[in-house]
Amino acid sequence: MILVVILIVLMLVAAVAAAIFKDLLSAVIASCIVSLIAAILFYFLQAPDVAMAEASIGAALVTAVFVIALKKSSRYEE
Amino acid sequence: MRKFLAIVLLLILAVGIAQSIGKIPFGTSKTKVGRYYIDNGVEETGATNIVTSVVVNYRGFDTLGEVTVLFVAALGLGAVLALKKKKQENDELERASLVLTSGCKFLFPFILLFGSYIFIHGHLTPGGGFQGGAVIASAFLLIYLGCRERKINENGAKAIESLSGLLFVVIGLIGLAVGGYFLLNYLPKGIPNTLFSAGIIPIIYIAIGFKVGAELTGIIDNLMEAED
Repeated sequence: MILVVILIVLMLVAAVAAAIFKDLLSAVIASCIVSLIAAILFYFLQAPDVAMAEASIGAALVTAVFVIALKKSSRYEE
Repeated sequence: MRKFLAIVLLLILAVGIAQSIGKIPFGTSKTKVGRYYIDNGVEETGATNIVTSVVVNYRGFDTLGEVTVLFVAALGLGAVLALKKKKQENDELERASLVLTSGCKFLFPFILLFGSYIFIHGHLTPGGGFQGGAVIASAFLLIYLGCRERKINENGAKAIESLSGLLFVVIGLIGLAVGGYFLLNYLPKGIPNTLFSAGIIPIIYIAIGFKVGAELTGIIDNLMEAED
C-alpha cells in the first residue's frame, strides 16, 4: 500500500515536470516515466493486460515518436 | 486577468469531475455481464484468460473495428508523410559505435521472441495481439535507432499487414458460412489451459499480433524516413 502511494506521488511529480520543463527532451523522458509508473500501478490493480499495453506503447513507442519529432524540430521551447 | 479566469474555470471543471467520480461505487459490480464472463467464460470459449475471451470471442467484432482504426491511422500517416519522403537514400549516416550496434543486434531476436510469446499465449496468460505486436514494433524501433544502415523491407511489412488482416476477416466469414454468425468459434475448444485450445482465438490473436506489429513498424519507418 505504501509503495502504491510512493508511486502515485512520483507519477504526479513526473507529470508536473513534463508540463513545466523548457528542455523538451527532458519533458518527453518525464512523460515516459509517467507511463512506466502507470504500467506498474495497472499491475498492482490486477490488470496485467493493460499494464503490458501501457508499458510497450506508452513508455516505448510514444516516447520514440516524440524523440523523432524533436530531432526534426527544435529541442528547446522558446 | 486571463490567467485568473483560466484558473477559475479549471477549478470548476475539477470540482465537477470530482463530484461525478465520487458518485461511482468502485469495486461493486453494476452489471451482470461481468459476472457472467467470469463464471462461464472458460467453459464457453476455452480461453483461460478471461480478457482474451472477451476481446476476441464475445466482443470480436469490436476488435475488428479497433484493428481497422489502427490501420486507417497508419494509412493516414503514410499518406501525409509520403509527400515529403527523402529523395536519395544514400546520404552519409553517422555510424553508431560498435557496442551500440552489437547490443541492438544481440537484443533484437530476444525481444522478437518475447513479443511472439505474448501473442501466441494470449489465450493462456496476460497479453495478446496488441501487446505482442507493440513489443515486436519496439524491437524494430531498436534496430532503427541502433543500426541505421539496416533497412527494413517496407513492402514485406505491408504484405504481412494486409494478409493478417485478411486472415482475421476470412476466419470470421467462415464462421458466418458454417454456423450463421460472424466470428463463430467453430474449431474444437480442446482442453483449457493448453496451447492448442480455445478454437479460433489463438489464430485470430496471432493474426492481430502480426498486423499490429507490422503497422506500428510502418508508422516508425514513415516517421524516421520523413524529411526534416
